[in-house]
Amino acid sequence: MNCHLLKLDACTIRFGGLTAVSNLDFQIKANELVGLIGPNGAGKTTVFNLITGVYQPTEGRIEFDGHSISRLEPYQITSHGIARTFQNIRLFPSLSVFDNVRVAFHLHLLSGVSHAWWRGKAFAQEEKEVSDQVMELLRIFQLENHRDLFAKNLPYGDQRRLEIVRALATRPRMLLLDEPAAGMNATEKLQLMNLIQFVKDKFQISVLLVEHDMQVVMGICQRIAVLDYGIKIAEGSPDQIRSDPKVIEAYLGE
Amino acid sequence: MQHRPKTFLIGALACALGTSFLAPYLNPYYLDVILTVGINIVLAVSLNLVNGYTGQFSLGHAGFMAIGAYASAAFTLFAAPAIFPNANGWVTQAVFFLALLLGGGIAAAAGIVVGAPSLRLKGDYLAIVTLGFGEIIRVLLRNVDSLGGALGLNGIPFYTNLFWVAVWAILTIYVVLALVHSTFGRGFLAVRDDEVAAEAMGINTTRYKIIAFVVSAFFAGIAGGLYGHLKSSIDPKGFDFMRSIEIVVMVILGGMANTRGVILAAILLTLLPEVLRPVAEYRMVIYSLLLIILMLTRPQGLFSFRSNRPSVRTP
Amino acid sequence: MIEFLQQIINGVGLGAIYALIALGYTMVYGVLRFINFAHSDVFMVGAFSGYLFSRFFQIESIFGGVMVMILSMGLCALLGMTIERLAYRPLRNSSKLNVLITAIGVSLFLEYSFQIKLTKPLLFPALFPVKSFLLPGGIILSSTQILVIGMTLFLIVLLQYIVLYTKIGTAMRAVSFNPTAASLVGINNDVVISFTFGLGSALAAAGGILYALNYPSIEPLMGVLPGLKAFVAAVVGGIGNIPGAALGGLLLGVIETFVNGSPYSTYTDAIAFILLIFILIFRPAGLLGKVTVEKV
Repeated sequence: MNCHLLKLDACTIRFGGLTAVSNLDFQIKANELVGLIGPNGAGKTTVFNLITGVYQPTEGRIEFDGHSISRLEPYQITSHGIARTFQNIRLFPSLSVFDNVRVAFHLHLLSGVSHAWWRGKAFAQEEKEVSDQVMELLRIFQLENHRDLFAKNLPYGDQRRLEIVRALATRPRMLLLDEPAAGMNATEKLQLMNLIQFVKDKFQISVLLVEHDMQVVMGICQRIAVLDYGIKIAEGSPDQIRSDPKVIEAYLGE
Repeated sequence: MQHRPKTFLIGALACALGTSFLAPYLNPYYLDVILTVGINIVLAVSLNLVNGYTGQFSLGHAGFMAIGAYASAAFTLFAAPAIFPNANGWVTQAVFFLALLLGGGIAAAAGIVVGAPSLRLKGDYLAIVTLGFGEIIRVLLRNVDSLGGALGLNGIPFYTNLFWVAVWAILTIYVVLALVHSTFGRGFLAVRDDEVAAEAMGINTTRYKIIAFVVSAFFAGIAGGLYGHLKSSIDPKGFDFMRSIEIVVMVILGGMANTRGVILAAILLTLLPEVLRPVAEYRMVIYSLLLIILMLTRPQGLFSFRSNRPSVRTP
Repeated sequence: MIEFLQQIINGVGLGAIYALIALGYTMVYGVLRFINFAHSDVFMVGAFSGYLFSRFFQIESIFGGVMVMILSMGLCALLGMTIERLAYRPLRNSSKLNVLITAIGVSLFLEYSFQIKLTKPLLFPALFPVKSFLLPGGIILSSTQILVIGMTLFLIVLLQYIVLYTKIGTAMRAVSFNPTAASLVGINNDVVISFTFGLGSALAAAGGILYALNYPSIEPLMGVLPGLKAFVAAVVGGIGNIPGAALGGLLLGVIETFVNGSPYSTYTDAIAFILLIFILIFRPAGLLGKVTVEKV
């Protein structure tokens, strides 16, 4: 039982009369790379928002590492170890690249307001540690030369990368990526696939990938779930999904 | 400031003590202007924490200032003579210090009361609610007879001097900068830039906003106490929303989230009406025209020069 | 009971004026999404221009009164459009805060320039014939109240007609919905925004004159408090929503009148803001507004 890191148990969410996601069961194991796909309007982003606490399920429950997280605020869910990126990049545009990552370390700070004012040894020590760790992360993702740039002045691909770095800085056990390949060309997609694989292996975390792009999803996911009209119509390995008649029907119509 | 903050603080406080010995040699008019400048620095720098760094638009700073002014004046007028009869010398200074802390403390408490319900609101709505809050404070003060009603409080002792104003101005600057220049404090800027993303990074945005509101209200209260003990009389009219707007204008002209600029703007905007004294009739017209022209020509503020670099450098 | 009805009538009279001013706030907010702080001063200029024009017509006559109103409304419409052209249009693409500060600057400019020459309040003349009617039960209804309520009703219906059934009104709604898309389908946003300011300012002028008929002492700062309260009325009704502004105005007017007649009359000026805080906590979109949720 406990091998599941994230567990969605019969989750349903309704907006007025519309059932966006219906009776969804879905699990992710530790250190697993799972894809969630589906045609437009299938409810992928809604699932994403359910897990991250932007919406609360009307029925059912969501567990992360044995704790129920279905009624928590987004920031509390992040503190349990789920980090995310956004479909349309949401960096802190007027903060430097360095500070974008630094902010995300805040969950693991021991010092707060009073330490910032007193500025004792412990505070200096911790600030230095944070700064070192930020630089290390930036180095791993080849962003260290941009550390003093405004995030908004970064090229598009770097912004995507920075968003992932920022999410990793919260030290998650699971990373949720919301359409990371949107707006990328073939080369960039290839780089992205390598990057996701690298992140998963290097940081030993689970990754949930919500994505439109078949090439990316089929290329790296160990397991794929398919949503259509808020219902899970298939789940399995990329090969199983590729040949599943229900999936083909959902995507191509009859 | 960034590198050796505590050394800076102690040095600055020593300077404050030093310069306060110069006060008796100053022309009283100049001294009054200098003290007003200092009080406005406290107000503008503290408001900048909310409006500039945290990106919330408060138009109610004068309300917190009024609370501080009334609380501290009431303390020195009514409570202090009973607790410390025949106070003089150091004791009066201590009484004044206590009065200021009391004013700041009550204003900070009011900051929580206002902050908690209204922080779900954004932008214009928050502005108008904080403005409304300031007006409610004024109406309440007008109705409390023991605080002088519409006439206000008179005969407040002249305790405010160069030393206290300098100390509090330095403390305000230190507290705001030290807060913002920390990993914890980057959270304020994150809230300003994108609340949704900040939440996703585990930042409790409500908590940050309330901290900003409370710290800023505390110093507004202190400034109110200094103001009351400088002018010797206060009334509800002196804390109307024009007063709040004056402070907001200092923050915006200084270039939001730019403490140095805000200090300069506070100095400039306090001196401007004094300089325009010869054309007294037209000075407010000139002031408002300048405001419009500045907004049209330099919307980023008077004192923001760097454009391609983050406004606060990384350590 | 009688007193209750009397208070309702008085409240509706006051509320009608708030409604007129609130309409201007709500329309400008609808198309530009900002609080036009100078609106309350256009209201003040409306009262003063009414004072000025009243010298050229016979007062206490229907014809003279109507002419004064039309001329003042025209003058203020021009003023509103000029303010928009000179002060707001250049800032169309900069941050909202800057526009707000500019609006405050314009507001201060109008107030202080009037204060240079006008140090004492002026007595506003009775433009229309004044009469009081005694209704059965002892309720007093003054001709001014009838005028205020009737005029407000007429203007709101006219406005609603313009917004819903004319070409320019459709354009206004389009710009309010999505300015970029509006300009893509060939709407000239500048014209629409200018028209909105003109219309809103004309209503403010009407409000100013009607207010001055009720409270005949006029001075340069007369707009500040009614302006703020009218803005609150617009938010209470759901900002950007025309019937909402009218409803908010009436509600505020009636509540204020009742408080004013109670032992707590000294708290009257706080009512608007207390109402505002309650509405924003429990129904943030206002009484008739639609709730919008930010997309993630």
